[in-house]
Amino acid sequence: VDGTNYEDEVEPRLLLVHYLRDSLGLVGTPIGCDTSNCGACTVLMDGQSVKSCSVLAVQADGSEVTTISGLANGTWHPMQTAFHTEHALQCGYCTPGMILAAVDLLQENPTPSDEEIRHGLEGNLCRCTGYQNIVRAVRTAAASMSATRGASNSGGQL
Amino acid sequence: MTEQLDAGMVAQQIAESDEQSAPDASRSIGKAHKRKEDAKLVTGQTNWTDNITMPGLLHMAVLRSPMAHARISRVDVAPALEMPGVVAAFAGAELAAELGSLPCAWPVTKEMVSPEHHPLATDEVRYVGDAVAVVVARDRYAAADALEAVEVDYEPLPVVVDMEKALTDEVLVHSDKGTNACFVWPFEAGEVDRIFADAEVVVERRYIQQRLIPTAMEPRAVVVAPIAAAEEFTLWSATQVPHILRIMLALTTGIPEQKIRVIAPDVGGGFGSKLNVYAEEVIALVVAKRLGRPVKWTESRSEGYQATIHGRDQIQDVAIAATRDGRVLGLKVDLKADMGAYLQLVTPGIPILGAFMYPGIYKFDAYRFSCTGVFTNKTPTDAYRGAGRPEATFAIERLMDELAAELGMDPLELRRRNWIPHEEFPYTTIAGLTYDSGHYEAATDKATAMFDYEGLRREQRERRDRGDPVQLGIGISTFTEMCGLAPSRVLGSLSYGAGGWEAASVRMLPTGKVEVVTGTSPHGQGHVTCWSQIAADALGVPFDDVTVLHGDTASAPMGMDTYGSRSLVVGGVAVHKAAEKVVEKARRVAAHMLEAAEGDIEFDGGTFRVKGSPEAAKTIQDVSLAVFAAHDLPDGMEPTLNSDFVVDPENFSFPHGTHLCAVEVDTETGMSTIRSYVCVDDVGKVINPMIVEGQVHGGLAQGIAQALFEEAVYDAEGNLVTGTMVDYLVPSAADLPDFTVDRTETPATSNPLGVKGVGEAGTIASTPAVVNAVVDAVRHLGVTDIRMPCSPERVWRALQDGSTGGHRAAEGTVAWGGASTATTAGGAGDTTTARGTDPNGGAR
Repeated sequence: VDGTNYEDEVEPRLLLVHYLRDSLGLVGTPIGCDTSNCGACTVLMDGQSVKSCSVLAVQADGSEVTTISGLANGTWHPMQTAFHTEHALQCGYCTPGMILAAVDLLQENPTPSDEEIRHGLEGNLCRCTGYQNIVRAVRTAAASMSATRGASNSGGQL
Repeated sequence: MTEQLDAGMVAQQIAESDEQSAPDASRSIGKAHKRKEDAKLVTGQTNWTDNITMPGLLHMAVLRSPMAHARISRVDVAPALEMPGVVAAFAGAELAAELGSLPCAWPVTKEMVSPEHHPLATDEVRYVGDAVAVVVARDRYAAADALEAVEVDYEPLPVVVDMEKALTDEVLVHSDKGTNACFVWPFEAGEVDRIFADAEVVVERRYIQQRLIPTAMEPRAVVVAPIAAAEEFTLWSATQVPHILRIMLALTTGIPEQKIRVIAPDVGGGFGSKLNVYAEEVIALVVAKRLGRPVKWTESRSEGYQATIHGRDQIQDVAIAATRDGRVLGLKVDLKADMGAYLQLVTPGIPILGAFMYPGIYKFDAYRFSCTGVFTNKTPTDAYRGAGRPEATFAIERLMDELAAELGMDPLELRRRNWIPHEEFPYTTIAGLTYDSGHYEAATDKATAMFDYEGLRREQRERRDRGDPVQLGIGISTFTEMCGLAPSRVLGSLSYGAGGWEAASVRMLPTGKVEVVTGTSPHGQGHVTCWSQIAADALGVPFDDVTVLHGDTASAPMGMDTYGSRSLVVGGVAVHKAAEKVVEKARRVAAHMLEAAEGDIEFDGGTFRVKGSPEAAKTIQDVSLAVFAAHDLPDGMEPTLNSDFVVDPENFSFPHGTHLCAVEVDTETGMSTIRSYVCVDDVGKVINPMIVEGQVHGGLAQGIAQALFEEAVYDAEGNLVTGTMVDYLVPSAADLPDFTVDRTETPATSNPLGVKGVGEAGTIASTPAVVNAVVDAVRHLGVTDIRMPCSPERVWRALQDGSTGGHRAAEGTVAWGGASTATTAGGAGDTTTARGTDPNGGAR
């Protein structure tokens, strides 16, 4: 998780999100519902976004999990920066999951339209922003990441 | 969806708008500073209540009633105590004496029926979700497991969920009270009966404000850490109101107020749902006291849908009297407001807040309002974003559209003929409020130009003419609201249990940096950023040099917290005034340091100068250090550069605006799609335009959600059918359009910053704009109303009934989530009477 190897014996029923929060103390991933609708607990598992309330900890055995706490690598990820500059958060509770879902979205589609961003993020609910600035932030991050890719020719970030 | 204006362009329009003052480059106020709050939020370093842990922490789980109304004949927690990891378990009777009764702070009338509200039910449960017992265990899984072992015997009692049935008193929610009518609150001004009897046109309607679930993204949570030996307690809660909570916990449990410290750490949204004193907060405190160990409780979302307050749920019977040429004369409102099973903190006051807003921005000669509060076997209602004012605004703005249709007049023209003209401010309305400022003409002109009102009307006519299966509707909402709660004197006259002041402290630190302490309690609004801007300007220090402390009764001991769009207009103004006090004291020190008379000292941009000798100068940071050293201060001066200020506002704040919505309705499927949404809001002077725009966006989303998506549905047995996020449709990014938002700027005259509230404006304004648009799209097909939420099925059914005179989806139709809506009667009762065309016009 976030670059560190953890070995634990867990109850079979333990949810990944509770393992992250309660066992590892990585509380950057919040819980917003109990029906996997809201997406607040979204993390990346082997690079793909998953709702960590819908994954058992044992299912993540051997996987690489990235939470919001591990996304920044010395400097903020362009998506974190874009959420800040475009005022894409208010209370911030949905933000970790929203950012990670958006990172995954851009991995699959580096230059999405607004419509594609809206549909790509429909599994993550925000009650504060009305989504407009989130869409704008994802667009901004996409442009910034594509510029970085162009400049470094390195094949992009996480 | 077409024609989405680029959001960056909108921001540019806001910046360039000639109605707005250009920001002064040397000042912080008016600039779109990025938020100081964001760093921790985008990196996951946030301190939500559920993140808090400590040695020996126990987890509490709450057993809730599965029945809407029943007598509890037996509760046995003993089997739960046998479960692994369980430390304690309690039923209501055991804790009753310590738990007390949950408070209602707003007895709206002297006669109001105010039932006991035990945090843990003792003898009877009155809604699904009523707390019955608690289990405390070493981890949350063990606590949840053990709940299943608690044995409860219920004897079912009759259930009433419908307000009109409840008012027959055939089934009583509180049998000892003898009635389900909680209160009747009347208001009357002008010659209502005469005006209605003589009016050329009267339009009567019934509107249903469906029940909503606020759904802040962070579920509620509470942690209590006791110091048992000293009987002192620290309580963290996901609350909007740490100060009110502290007082109420003391009054409810008998623990002395000074022994309780309440902290609202990072709080993930509230929208009114965390403006309360909840059972679990009291129970966790009492259980922690009993056990002498820290206790945590966090609700699951489904649990919260039952146990956290709901909003709206009103039946509005409204009538408007007017002349044939379109001048409104009189307004009548008969309101029924669902309290749910108990009164929470301000439950009865919510519809009363609306009472003053039904006349909206229009000049009426007479107004009659009456509200009946009604108990039902449902989750209690209370404040939800707008709190009474969205309901009032919906009614008047829908009614203006209906009157326009009756008169054959453009609905915008009808509004222009009746609103308060700019030159008549300040204006005292028929409801007794004095609107200090407003400019409805400017906001409307700007909005209609951006919206292309005439062009869309043209397209609407074309679509109607060619019988296009996709029809276009245009919805208008020219709203105002009262917010910034509130002058203490007015709250007193409304029987509210507290004042409406707000406190701030400003402390200059030895290094010249600044600590602002505020009594507001932000949970997403950006107070830290905005209060920094206000203090930076008043003190002439850099924005980055200011920090803001809040949400902890130890560090911010005085406060009335955050709700009712009050934080800026009361709390922000208090910061400004406290900073001015610091400057005045610093001026005396500077005069002493510069050996000049105090009256000769000028202050600008953080520097004190002697008039006529600009080279003789001391910065406020110089002064701050000198005060800290205290080596050479004026005789008798205390060596601090701190100040406190408490603001009690002289009036409410009256933001207003014009919202225009274009909706495409597919007449074959009933699907409504917002094509464009333009709003021009006037929230007075703006501290941070980026944050204001964000508040408007979020407000619009929640108002649109009421119009199109959300409804809390109960079945006849009192089960919350929309009990999870699967069934209750909180809109996603894919469900909402881009908004085109702009502003006019008419400064408030009631505070020195010229600011008005903004948190609720978007929600209050948008619901009627959207529904007016949906109805407008299909009015020519015989539809005069569609009950909210305007789901495809409801719209489709209204269209099927339209030609035969029906105007609302039939009772029992389904909402989006597939849930049956059996709670509130729709249907008959809407009448339009046009004197001279209807021979029975008098018999209404």
